[in-house]
Amino acid sequence: MWKLDADRPIYMQIVERIEKQIISGAYGSGDRIPSVRELAAQAGVNPNTMQRAMTELERKGLIAGHRTRGRVVTEDREMIEERRGYMAKEMIREFLWQMRELGFDKEEILPLLRQEVTDDV
Amino acid sequence: MYEEVNDQINEYANEPGQNQVYEYPNEPERELVRVNDLTKVYGKRTVALEGVNLTIPRGRIVGLLGPNGSGKTTLIKIMNGLLSPTRGNVWINGSLPGPATKATVSYLPERNALDLSMRVEELLDFFGDFYADFSRERAGEMLRSLNISPKDRLKSMSKGTREKVQLILVMSREADLYILDEPIAGVDPAARDYIIRTIIGNYNSNATVLLSTHLITDIENVLDEVIFLKEGHVVLQSSADALREQQGKSVDAYFREVFAC
Repeated sequence: MWKLDADRPIYMQIVERIEKQIISGAYGSGDRIPSVRELAAQAGVNPNTMQRAMTELERKGLIAGHRTRGRVVTEDREMIEERRGYMAKEMIREFLWQMRELGFDKEEILPLLRQEVTDDV
Repeated sequence: MYEEVNDQINEYANEPGQNQVYEYPNEPERELVRVNDLTKVYGKRTVALEGVNLTIPRGRIVGLLGPNGSGKTTLIKIMNGLLSPTRGNVWINGSLPGPATKATVSYLPERNALDLSMRVEELLDFFGDFYADFSRERAGEMLRSLNISPKDRLKSMSKGTREKVQLILVMSREADLYILDEPIAGVDPAARDYIIRTIIGNYNSNATVLLSTHLITDIENVLDEVIFLKEGHVVLQSSADALREQQGKSVDAYFREVFAC
């Protein structure tokens, strides 16, 4: 069963999770996505909820229905790369916002970040 | 945790096979259950249900939620023709509870109704004799996957295993409506996960599962619709995700708020 927060719509969390897996390459371009029923049983969620998440991922263009193979991850690598960049930006903005909340300004943040990146093995 | 799940997904992703289309059903002709002005009074003044109105479509997993004594089991018993209403009625597939609905409703009672001295193979015969829609193969497959032998008797099993066997029998029918009264009460977390996966894996988009529980946290991710029953009245019927979106909290947290003592 997937770890999902009960206080946010489940379908949104599934969309975020699968989107991350596509961006990170856990699901490669052109890979088949398991059936709604398989995924629903793995996640421990309702098939209708999983269906709704799939519809949303299709709407975003990240996955597409394939004639014989069910649903597959988009072959449009450029688009995946674009989403990857977008998500990274979002996370950086979130980080900056939180640092500002702690009272750090830009000049302080950069050296700290550089240090952490260097220390990170 | 993440890597582990990713591996699982990759494993599945390489499997051949076709995706099943699972369209969200909301057309009016998909109505399966209609409850109209349903009232049940025990004796002279114990009102268990009062003026309950509900419609439940096909293709959903619906949680019937309420504290003890809110009327859940009374409603379920009326739907199964085990109690008659004082006023109002229930239609399942357009029929009042009776032989026609019993053929298409698969019911898991709150308390065990099976003879504990029976062996698994006798239970399979019993269900096969009673219900034309019972799939012995499906039940046998699920029992094998749990290493339950056809020769095992119910009384020699742990409570969790016994609950699993009963659920397997109930979910092995090709029914229109599965009514499960407290299917996860008193089982350990592993058995609970098995029960949840069995429910998800066995119902089809043409059928509906109505399950009652007061243990909402354990099961809320599986529900697409919830009905709150309070002192014999329906106080809420909503999509679970819509409720989370509107209230910004879990079904369980909202339930605690509505039913705060």
